Amino acid sequence: MLSKQTPNKIKALSRITALVAILCLQLAGMRAYASGGGEEGKFKAGDMIVHHISDAHSVHFFGHVTLPLPCIVKTDKGFDFFMSSVFMDDHHEFTKTYTSASTGNSYVLHHEKIYVVDPTQNVDESHEDVAVMPDTVQVVADSLTTGQPVVADAHAEGHEEFHGHAVTDFSITKSVFGMLLMLSLVLFLFVRMAKAYEKRKGQAPKGMQNMLEPFVLFIKDEVAVPALGKKRAKKFLPFMLTSFFFIWASNMLGLIPFLGGFNITGTLSITLVLATFVFILTTINGNAHYWGHIVWPPGVPLAIKFILVPIEFLSIFIKPAVLMIRLTANINAGHIIILAFTSLIFIFGEKSVVAGYGVGVFSTLFIVFMFFIELLVAFLQAYVFTLLAALYFGDATQEHHHEEAHH
Amino acid sequence: MDGLLSVSYGTVFWATVAFLVVAFLLKKMAWGPILKSLEERSQGIENALNEAERARQEMSKLQAGNEQLLREARDERDRILVEAKALKDSIVSEARNKANEESTRIIEAARTEIDNQKKAAITELKNQVATLSVDIAEKLTREKLSDSEKQKALNESLIAEIRSN
Repeated sequence: MLSKQTPNKIKALSRITALVAILCLQLAGMRAYASGGGEEGKFKAGDMIVHHISDAHSVHFFGHVTLPLPCIVKTDKGFDFFMSSVFMDDHHEFTKTYTSASTGNSYVLHHEKIYVVDPTQNVDESHEDVAVMPDTVQVVADSLTTGQPVVADAHAEGHEEFHGHAVTDFSITKSVFGMLLMLSLVLFLFVRMAKAYEKRKGQAPKGMQNMLEPFVLFIKDEVAVPALGKKRAKKFLPFMLTSFFFIWASNMLGLIPFLGGFNITGTLSITLVLATFVFILTTINGNAHYWGHIVWPPGVPLAIKFILVPIEFLSIFIKPAVLMIRLTANINAGHIIILAFTSLIFIFGEKSVVAGYGVGVFSTLFIVFMFFIELLVAFLQAYVFTLLAALYFGDATQEHHHEEAHH
Repeated sequence: MDGLLSVSYGTVFWATVAFLVVAFLLKKMAWGPILKSLEERSQGIENALNEAERARQEMSKLQAGNEQLLREARDERDRILVEAKALKDSIVSEARNKANEESTRIIEAARTEIDNQKKAAITELKNQVATLSVDIAEKLTREKLSDSEKQKALNESLIAEIRSN
């Protein structure tokens, strides 16, 4: 009994140790960022957190290991294509100015946004501009803690330290890159799974096919069919399965330490696209019954109709918007909590090393706990998004049931 | 914070394109075949279950048939046994009757034979007695005839005897 249990215990212990080690290494990475980006190594939690959950033009793994991403910018003079590594200086900070040969524009990266700076300014001057950036970073961080509006924006008029014009940015940002990765992963996995079905026709599922099948069946039998019925489920299942697995994969990618801290589903632009697809599918598939209930709600007094119709009309947009906000907020909330507890270590560590280690133990335990919750949330949010989308589709396409009810 | 809550057109553009392309590819290359296979398999399983149920019913029907057959066979056997017994009884009784008749007949014949033999014996005896009587009578007569008196008396007694016969 004892001899049988011991290896398992050792296994579990080694797993926990590995997890803690990964966390510690990641914290070290954050520390490196905090000391590099902050002013004289002073740690700013708000800044660090926002930096980690915001979209970026590169994928930062740890230390100086950074993957540059392609930038595609459109200005009045046309398109420019370059890698974000052009901004990288000797200290692996994105402070350099890049001048395009084709359009002659000079670009800088400021708060992960690309701006065109005055071409008449020489490189040294623009370097000076960039050099004052830590001040603006601090303003942002302070505004987070005080809750005052940020004025240090590049758009802000009369801002002395930074002169730049925003560009239309079609860059493959970190979130877009992550999305492409996850979509490729989903595509790869399920095309392989489909092949397995063809190859092993009439046989029991095996391997990857066997692992993924319960989830496909779960979406099909527990989400799509109850909400839509067998016939209509067929129509919406491809979208539902794609979004479910994409969202889940993206959520999970965001939880893997050392993989660049992707925050795909926490990026509003991406959840907006997903929600828009739900909106479009609901709207174009809405039948007479669905629109009838919105335009002229039956069984309601005329006076109430005047109140109800605008509400019903707004709900067409609110429903998908809620999907978008729920997903983004949940994923960001999880990341913020984990990052906030990580920040606690450094905040206390700056006061005293002993306090830092003391809080570190507590924080690490809590972060481990949060990681487990986030694993659940990653699945749950993908499920909730798919389920609600299915309910909206079901609402839009449901057959006329009133007569049947009166029988 | 603006990086968090703002919407970037570029990201929206790429996300739309990427999602549409992948969703389309997945629909054609993955979801279609997968859902079809799953449908086929669930149909197959349902069919197999139905088949099994039908086979089970058939089996029980067959079993019931077998039992029926067995019961019929048993009845048949019983019937045959009863018939055989009846036949045996009839044969035995017939044989017995015949034997009885035969024995009766034989006894009758024996009795007749005995009667006949008896009659013949009696006749023979009568004849013998008659012969003996004649012999005795002769001897006596011879003796008596030696004396006329006695002869006369004898004649008379003989005649009387004959007459009584």
